[in-house]
Amino acid sequence: MPDRSSFWPRAASFVAFLAVWQMGSLAVGSRQLPTPLSVLAVLWRGLLDGSIPYHIGVTLARVAVSFTIAMLIGGAIGIAMGRSRRLDRFFDSWLILFLNVPAVVSTILCYVWFGLVETAAIAAVAVNKIPNVVVTLREGARALNPDFLEMAQVYRLSRGKTLRHIILPELSPFIVAAARSGLALVWKIVLVVELLGRSNGVGFQIYSAFQNFDVPEILAYTIAFVAVIQAIELVILRPLDRHANRWRR
Amino acid sequence: MAAVIQLEIDIRLKCYPAVGNAPPVEALKALRFSVPVGEFTCIVGPSGCGKTTLLNIVAGLDADFTGRVDVAATAERPQPVIGYVFQRPRLLPWRTVEENIRLVLSPEQNRSGIVDDLLVATGLAEARHTYPERLSVGMSRRAALARAFAIEPDLLLMDEPFVSLDETTAERLRALLLSIWGRRPTTVLFVTHDTREAAQLADRVIVLTPSPGSVRSIIAIETPRPHRGNGEVIDAIRQQILGETSGDSAKQPHALKNCR
Repeated sequence: MPDRSSFWPRAASFVAFLAVWQMGSLAVGSRQLPTPLSVLAVLWRGLLDGSIPYHIGVTLARVAVSFTIAMLIGGAIGIAMGRSRRLDRFFDSWLILFLNVPAVVSTILCYVWFGLVETAAIAAVAVNKIPNVVVTLREGARALNPDFLEMAQVYRLSRGKTLRHIILPELSPFIVAAARSGLALVWKIVLVVELLGRSNGVGFQIYSAFQNFDVPEILAYTIAFVAVIQAIELVILRPLDRHANRWRR
Repeated sequence: MAAVIQLEIDIRLKCYPAVGNAPPVEALKALRFSVPVGEFTCIVGPSGCGKTTLLNIVAGLDADFTGRVDVAATAERPQPVIGYVFQRPRLLPWRTVEENIRLVLSPEQNRSGIVDDLLVATGLAEARHTYPERLSVGMSRRAALARAFAIEPDLLLMDEPFVSLDETTAERLRALLLSIWGRRPTTVLFVTHDTREAAQLADRVIVLTPSPGSVRSIIAIETPRPHRGNGEVIDAIRQQILGETSGDSAKQPHALKNCR
């Protein structure tokens, strides 16, 4: 929560940013860098005619689906690798390979293999994110406290109960970390995927604007989308983090 | 009259394998005894003689030994229920006291009111919605006690549950344990290195040898608990236990043809 004392410094910093932008635009010319006001005008128009909300909505839907898939699959693989030394040793080199495949490569391959369809786009994003989730949750699963697992065994907790009441709460800091870094990564990759093979969404709009050298349009979409992502962080992820840590002193 | 046996232990050998440069260790060897239903048995022995190892084997956490451990089942419960109070309470820090207890219960037990009863008995009724990290050390031990009794165990294992408490608190917890056990009788296997504790609590004390642990002697305490008081009787029992443990110059952990 931004408290009162931090409001004025933040506001001053924001105004200074706008001033630097304005000066830059005067220096290099408004064709290269349009003024803040002209970008605002484009943003406003896009909001009124519904085009910006529509494309942001489409992109957010892709972010949500691919993020969920990546967290579920990556989480399951990560926990399995963290708990079993055999699996870990076997798949570790695969993991390093997938961690280092560039997003553009996996995206193009998905489009080639599955065609220019929604499934391919979602799969491409998920494939890019899964290795990061695996790495984070593997660390978490390795650090699970054997004391609690022994307690669960003696008191005969079912697998489901053990997962829900012991493993997941213990992993929650790692899950939140993976979710936060994941959101930042996924929305950037979604734009690339849209740019390469979709006909709607923020990535596609930016690509169209690029072909017309329409810089105000590019900046308007960027600002709108960053604002939405920030809102998600503030409204969903932080409260989730606080809830998961409520028991700490 | 032949008592009904709740727990029958016959461990021929328990080894810990070599780790790094450390040689393999014989932890328990030729350890045999049995515990009748409803008896409070204390296991006493020098530290490192394998007491915790023994409990982990009985609890089924450690299956890597040669020998047999039988926990008797009953007609209603073909799978005997074992409660375990660990040396540290092992409460889930992200669940409240009450949630920690309810978590390990069957749906019927959760409906039966046993949780409220035990929370009151352990003086935790006010703290039921508290997270364990906010509890005092004594309170978390009481919560662990409540959890172990709540599952209505056929066999209750306790691993130095009152160690590292100040003597006043430990004394109070021992009295609490006896009063709960009096109302909810079960077979108890209680590990301690404190002879005074054993003298206060036990029906029978089993003294183990230094490592590798085996039964050195078994002392039945005839004096009923209320008559043991806090002074001479207890001291006499302690002398008896100590007499059995003295003269143990620490045996060298001879290395070991039995362990791989």
